[in-house]
Amino acid sequence: MQNTPQQSPITLRINAGLKKRYNTEKRFKRMGISAIVIAMTFLVFLFGSIISNGYTAFQQTYIQLDVSFDQTFFTGENLAAANFPGLVKKTLYSMFPDVTSRNDKKLLTQLVSSNAAFRLMGMVTKDPKLIGTTQKIWVLADDDVDMLIKGHYDRNVAESNRRINDKQLAWIDALAANGKITKKFNTQFFTSGDSREPEQAGIWGATRGSIYTLFIALALSFPIGVAAAIYLEEFAPNNGWTDLIEININNLAAVPSIIFGLLGLAIFINFWGMPRSTPLVGGLVLTLVTLPTIIIAGRAALKSVPPSIREAALGIGASKIQMVTHHVLPLAMPGMLTGTIIGMARALGETAPLLMIGMIAFIVDIPGSVTDPATVLPVQIFLWADSPERAFTEKTSAAIIMLLAFLMLMNGLAVYFRNKFERKW
Amino acid sequence: MDLTADMTNQPFPTQLFGDDAIDTAEEKAKPSSRQTVGDPFVENPRMICRDVYVYYAEKCAINNVSIDVGRNEVLAMIGPSGCGKSTFLRCLNRMNDTVGTCRVEGDIRLDDMNIYDPSVDVVPLRASVGMVFQKPNPFPKSIFDNVAYGPKIHGLVSNKTELAEIVETSLTKAGLWNEVKDRLHEPGTGLSGGQQQRLCIARAIAVSPEVILMDEPCSALDPIATAKVEELIAELREQFSIVIVTHAMQQAARVSQRTAYFHLGDLIEVGPTDRIFTNPRHQLTEDYITGRFG
Repeated sequence: MQNTPQQSPITLRINAGLKKRYNTEKRFKRMGISAIVIAMTFLVFLFGSIISNGYTAFQQTYIQLDVSFDQTFFTGENLAAANFPGLVKKTLYSMFPDVTSRNDKKLLTQLVSSNAAFRLMGMVTKDPKLIGTTQKIWVLADDDVDMLIKGHYDRNVAESNRRINDKQLAWIDALAANGKITKKFNTQFFTSGDSREPEQAGIWGATRGSIYTLFIALALSFPIGVAAAIYLEEFAPNNGWTDLIEININNLAAVPSIIFGLLGLAIFINFWGMPRSTPLVGGLVLTLVTLPTIIIAGRAALKSVPPSIREAALGIGASKIQMVTHHVLPLAMPGMLTGTIIGMARALGETAPLLMIGMIAFIVDIPGSVTDPATVLPVQIFLWADSPERAFTEKTSAAIIMLLAFLMLMNGLAVYFRNKFERKW
Repeated sequence: MDLTADMTNQPFPTQLFGDDAIDTAEEKAKPSSRQTVGDPFVENPRMICRDVYVYYAEKCAINNVSIDVGRNEVLAMIGPSGCGKSTFLRCLNRMNDTVGTCRVEGDIRLDDMNIYDPSVDVVPLRASVGMVFQKPNPFPKSIFDNVAYGPKIHGLVSNKTELAEIVETSLTKAGLWNEVKDRLHEPGTGLSGGQQQRLCIARAIAVSPEVILMDEPCSALDPIATAKVEELIAELREQFSIVIVTHAMQQAARVSQRTAYFHLGDLIEVGPTDRIFTNPRHQLTEDYITGRFG
């Protein structure tokens, strides 16, 4: 403000209101900043809780067994038919010779995952020369041992309230003292399908299921959505029918997705007889879920192309379809891709409609094609979150981390393609 | 074209309006009169428009306009904003088709072909009646691709050498070749406003049209760029018929041979440019060019 006494009345009135104006601005800025701070706090809290719960799942406890592949075990022609569980038991008993009672032996064998026998079988069938030798082999520990080693079980509670009793605790400590128990990177988690045993459960089956399902959804919804948007925006006559179609598309975008699941169940599975629980049907249902989003975003993108470009193309004698494919579509493509990604991100997280078509089934095998039964990441999260075993808690968080990573990968790709297609003006 | 055959196409005798007797101030047509005065018709015209009405929904935007576009001439259309000159211009290559509510009645002929006949395809029509718009609107592509686009989609060339030749000739005719020959593959949108407009003209002439329509081509340009475009228009007249809509009366006076004055959807007066600006025969025309309104 100036200090000269000759201020005009207008200036004085303007100056009198200035403070109020600036205060409004400051207040608005403060509200904006606090909104962002609150949002960021929740985000940090969310990520913090997921990661702190889930990071331990990327390691798994292994126990080292000194297995002697005794000739007496492999008498039959078929090596795979040999008594591998017995071999595991025998090895454990030999490691703890003082365990003699039947009950204690049972407790002892519970320390090792049932997967250990399969691992030995795999090794022997692959390399029969192992027979007759003694090998130090790391096998998966049982999930309760894993939880104890990771510190999720409290040793100090009463024995009756513990999943691991005092004897087992002593054996585990003995193994740990000899360096025969350790945590290793959990490759199993990234390579196997679901399992009832938490230590054997993996995310790869659900990831493959998600990839197949999204592939089907993208391959169908992108071309159909873009074509529909182009027709409605550029070619359709402006009459009651197109209005009706537009209203319906806008309404479909808001329909709860479980309804689309029911539709998929009725049409794709019951009427067309497609195989249930498959990525094929899942992809078709998610196509229905994402189509309205893609069409609406596509039309908005087409609308935003400046009319001068259309006039330029038409003025030189381009036909309408040439105008669209040569000029309008390339300019609208970034916007359409954004819409598609929003749709795909929604499809990736969609659970409800997939429950209706049976993708909630417990499936151990990793799907090899779109017609194999499969599940998807969000459904896998739901299944694990529903399981009572303590070890599934960390698996659930790890699966959420995988889902988020998948989402970020997809969005990253989308941003890359959008920047690639974007033209400078 | 045979002259006598051409005359038969004109439903009105030229003499009806070609009355040279009315040229004193006292005898000027009254402001209330909406009858076209002057000489709207020429011998051996390129385009013939008779009794043209244009409606937007129910609103009449062009009311009974009859005018000819001659060969190798620049016809300027002037008039206050909203007088319908752009609407009329856009009828000449059916750009109004893109406006859903627009309806055109009457007879518009290009070399004897009724362009509003249902059998006429707009794609070849727009190739022979090119258009340059108010705002320079090059495609967001390279300079080369901008000019090459028309010949490519109409299949005017059979190989790349021919295409390159057309691009060079068109850019040369548009007076842009020397400025852009070293950066043909840079985006056309990176040029200055005046260069962009000349690029648009080059794009229009690349398909060898017969008529070029220009809708206020200089209104977004500075005086130097405007001078260049005007110079270009004068050169292009040797090959094409040009119809130009302009708000600048000086521009009309500089570039055109004939001038048409529109007022609220009516064609008020048509005549040789020098006569329109020195001795208008309609009171409205005089009021407009002397700056009494508009």
